[in-house]
Amino acid sequence: MNKEPGMTLIVKTVTRLTVGIILLYGIYIVLHGHLSPGGGFAGGVIIALSFVHLMLAYGKDVALKKISMPVASMLESFGAILFISIAFLGFIGGYFFFHTLGKGEPFSLLSAYMVLLSNIAISLKVGCGLFLVLVSIALAGKEIKK
Amino acid sequence: MTDINLILILMIFGSIIAIETKDMLSSVVIVGVVGLFQSLAFLILKAPDLAIVQLVVEILSLVILLRVIIRKEESEPQPHHDYFPMLLGITLSALVLLFFFPIIHELPEFGHPIMRVAKEYIETGLGATGAPNLVSAIILDFRAYDTLGEAVVLFTAVCGALVVLRKTGRKKSGESETET
Amino acid sequence: MTYFLCMIVFAVGLYAVVAKRNLIKIIIGVMVMEYALNMLFVLFGYRLGGRSPILERYQEIKDIVDPIPQALILTAIVIGLATTALMVALAIRIYEKYGTFDITKIRKLRG
Repeated sequence: MNKEPGMTLIVKTVTRLTVGIILLYGIYIVLHGHLSPGGGFAGGVIIALSFVHLMLAYGKDVALKKISMPVASMLESFGAILFISIAFLGFIGGYFFFHTLGKGEPFSLLSAYMVLLSNIAISLKVGCGLFLVLVSIALAGKEIKK
Repeated sequence: MTDINLILILMIFGSIIAIETKDMLSSVVIVGVVGLFQSLAFLILKAPDLAIVQLVVEILSLVILLRVIIRKEESEPQPHHDYFPMLLGITLSALVLLFFFPIIHELPEFGHPIMRVAKEYIETGLGATGAPNLVSAIILDFRAYDTLGEAVVLFTAVCGALVVLRKTGRKKSGESETET
Repeated sequence: MTYFLCMIVFAVGLYAVVAKRNLIKIIIGVMVMEYALNMLFVLFGYRLGGRSPILERYQEIKDIVDPIPQALILTAIVIGLATTALMVALAIRIYEKYGTFDITKIRKLRG
């Protein structure tokens, strides 16, 4: 079997070229969530997929060096707290989840500020949570091979 | 509407093959193909948001399922001794299909939905929120409570999976202790 | 007719959950049931000759497909992924303790 962790040389070279593009594409889908199809959930899963791609091609040590597990769990909790605090901001206007920040002009990138901030918070939460689950499954699966 | 019926028939065949083959690897791959057909069907039904999400979720669940199957040796299965679960399964499936027949007459005809609530959302969506993507405007402005509930469910599932998969070690004397 | 084909997919998944002995086949059955139900809800909201619910500049608003089922199923798909991950985590633990995926043997062996 292979002495070094990860896959063959071809897979490693292709991964090195494409993993940055996948991460950038995920961030693009999150930020344009109010103009074109996509939104927080799709972008969050794509961001998690880019880190999983790195982990599958190079072994889990390289991926854990980029984002370690305590940092990922802190980012996920931060995303959840950000979403709740955006909802609490609505108390200024009258009731829970009321949209107080302005609207801007439609069809431009910096408009509908509530939807933009909520998309960013949800993408952080979904992306880091799914990455944590996959790293745990990969870590646990290695012990069974006897 | 023939293309949607064709995709549904292909999905029926794919799922029947996926649960009947004895080789685990091929059944996981066929489940992935069924998910890709579902994403194609969402595109035909004019729902691009759902097509993107279904595609990437299918890829991720394929990675998870493959992680479980690879390198687990399976002893050879015994021949069928019991027919009771098979009969029970066929009876329950036939009952579900039988009870669905009267419901089809109550539903509106395929292609002409009654959009009583959606009419207001479509007409005032752009003016009230400022977002041209109506699906994002609905899940983050008009129905934000559902998104909050979904965030809670996702958090709970991730926490549950992490708790189940903690590392355990065995001491030489036979007792096990857990370490995080 | 289209609704009925969707329910056949659901019935196939239900048969897999009830009558199969391998644990991974049961998980695949639950996944197939989720596919069928998500498809059914989006089929309820389809409008013949409609447009997707993304508005463009300088376009009049008429004949748009119902956007509410799409908004509800969007979260349901991601929750389905989370429950699949949880089931697979449980399956890994069961395999560590008993050494097999067969559900009829899990009761007999003691770990």
